Amino acid sequence: MAIDRRRFLKNSALAAGAIAAPHVWIPGVREAGAASLVEGEPIKVGILFSLTGSLAVPEEDSALVMQYAIDEMNEAGGINGQPIEPIIIDAKSDFKVYSEKARELILRDKVISIFGCYTSASRKAILPIVMQQESLLFYPTCYEGAECTQNTVCTGPLANQHSKDLIPYMVEQFGPRVFFVGSNYVWPKESNKNAKIWLEEAGGELLGEEYVPLGSSEFGPVLNKIRAAKPDFIFSTVVGASDIAFHRQFKQAGFSADSMPIASLTTGEIETKAMGAEYGAGHFLSAPYFQALKNPTNEKFVEGFLSSKYGKNGTTHYNMEETYTSAYVFKGALEKAIAEHGVGDVTSRRVRDAAAGVKVSADVSPEGEIWIDENNFNTWLVPKIGQCQPDGSFKIVKEAPEHVAPDPYSIYPDIGVCTAEGLKTPDGNIRKDVI
Amino acid sequence: MDFTLASFVNALILGLSIGSIFLVAALGLTIIYGTAGVINMAHGEFIMLGAYASYTLQNYLGVPFFLCIPLSFVVVALIGLVIERLLIRYLYDRPLDTLLATWGVSLVLMQGVRLIFGSDPKYIQMPSFLSTNIAAGPISVSIFRVFIFLVGIGLVAAVWWLFYKTEFGIKLRAVTQNKEMAASFGINSGQVYALTFALGAGLAGIAGSLFGVLNIVLPTMGMGYVVEAFLIVVTGGGALLGSILASGVTGEAQSIFAYIFNDTFAQFLVFVLIVIFLRFRPQGLIATGGARR
Repeated sequence: MAIDRRRFLKNSALAAGAIAAPHVWIPGVREAGAASLVEGEPIKVGILFSLTGSLAVPEEDSALVMQYAIDEMNEAGGINGQPIEPIIIDAKSDFKVYSEKARELILRDKVISIFGCYTSASRKAILPIVMQQESLLFYPTCYEGAECTQNTVCTGPLANQHSKDLIPYMVEQFGPRVFFVGSNYVWPKESNKNAKIWLEEAGGELLGEEYVPLGSSEFGPVLNKIRAAKPDFIFSTVVGASDIAFHRQFKQAGFSADSMPIASLTTGEIETKAMGAEYGAGHFLSAPYFQALKNPTNEKFVEGFLSSKYGKNGTTHYNMEETYTSAYVFKGALEKAIAEHGVGDVTSRRVRDAAAGVKVSADVSPEGEIWIDENNFNTWLVPKIGQCQPDGSFKIVKEAPEHVAPDPYSIYPDIGVCTAEGLKTPDGNIRKDVI
Repeated sequence: MDFTLASFVNALILGLSIGSIFLVAALGLTIIYGTAGVINMAHGEFIMLGAYASYTLQNYLGVPFFLCIPLSFVVVALIGLVIERLLIRYLYDRPLDTLLATWGVSLVLMQGVRLIFGSDPKYIQMPSFLSTNIAAGPISVSIFRVFIFLVGIGLVAAVWWLFYKTEFGIKLRAVTQNKEMAASFGINSGQVYALTFALGAGLAGIAGSLFGVLNIVLPTMGMGYVVEAFLIVVTGGGALLGSILASGVTGEAQSIFAYIFNDTFAQFLVFVLIVIFLRFRPQGLIATGGARR
């Protein structure tokens, strides 16, 4: 068959159109468009975590606790009398899968919001499609900040709510000489950039900064460098399975938490249980939530979750709690959006806008009252420092006196200030969708 | 970082330790690949099964850690034997198919373990005297690393004895050199292959019970080790001595580069050097004789 000029032009135009709008490549998707709610029908949300692969250790628990929260809400009558219907997807610890599945959730399943991601790399993988479709991502864990999108709500701590208290506390308790160890990707590097500033303010001295490949299990060379540098304490941003190998080999190399503790941003109850409590005991963690927090809401949450069908792993964890509260932030925001616009006109973007200032009260949130910042849509929370005890639980040794405001650009004042409408740069322009 | 003699000696000692970890991980694969020519993609999962065998024995039956190590050998060797009899033996003449088939086996094993044990990490306890270090002035080494090193030497000695001092070893080397000729002398090559595969799997089981203590017990834990193991076997050329040399050299290179630069760059550098080496010597350090399938 000869290709005539007209057919060639037509085909080229189609191909160009397909490249320009990649979503038409997805089978079964006819039209793009924001999700909306229908009175009386289930509210569809996507749950996008890795249930398998190297990131499953923290992420599977987040997926479980999210289902627990949804069950709890549905038993209490759902939102606006409508049940919540979770669509649970395994992202397989693969960033390609994250973005493909996020696209399916938004375009095919028309979810009102996605709850998911743990590493910053996976968040950055799905944000382009979330922003393009004006959808909504609830990101329920700590991250480095320096983002200002109009389609995310984060319930975890930012760097200024995470290491800002921890570093001065450790310097004061153990001495000024510090060694930084982290996994080799964006979050540890950004966290360490922040930590260096707090360290300087606290009068500390940085002896060395080492990164190991993500997933690496050989810490011998790093531990040798630590031995030569003789720091007073170690600041760690090692994540996942590597973190467990690090703590084990630390003790096996003859180091002790009494003389050289590890101050970590990630080593919580799940990790301590996996490494064995004797390897975790004595080390420190900064987080807004610990399983050992003494308040009636947390006691109810721990007991309820562990005795439910989702609680088989036997612990609760800051990451899980941040996921749990994100479900209630969503509830508050959705109710507010329905009241403002009516059910039929609720869109993902309107839910996000309505999340501004939404509070989760102390009788729902296990970590105590939290609320969403009206400008940058991160969370006001109370950072706490815990020390791991010989039984693997954490003892809270320091708690911030009041709520700390999230500040995504705290070490980048030159870049701008995040507002609800976008990043306000120093020259007065508003930039949208900054990632 | 300042160069001092003590920290350089520490790096050299650590290099030996990293090398011994590589060798323990690669030993089973060396035997399976070197004799039967099977590219066993499920090797990492055999390591993982060894770790889970130790975990199960310790947690449910109260077996002490030192006894878990040989028992893990037995358990994983039996699993390996079953897989060989049911699947691998039909594929000896099709090396590329074994690659695919064993990859499928690895997925089945990983998901099977996940179904039985769940995907949360497990914990193997070891005697507390192993979880500390020995130090002489500024020189320091962890006792568990010394233990792995000694186990590595023990395993190499045992394999060498088996290959060169027993009747089974004579048969095995005969089958490796020329399967048809060996068969014509009355050697049952199928049986030799089956036992070899079981032996290789069992050695991976021992590696698993050691690595479960050093790192973490997870259904996916084998994926990292299989890469290291293949690196050693390919660089070494498939022979026992080749694997010993290759793991020693890569272990030291990894440690010294990490001492001079950092871990990430050291890994990159080691991989690049291996690629360059294989460009000029594709048969590896020590090429095995005999007919290659």
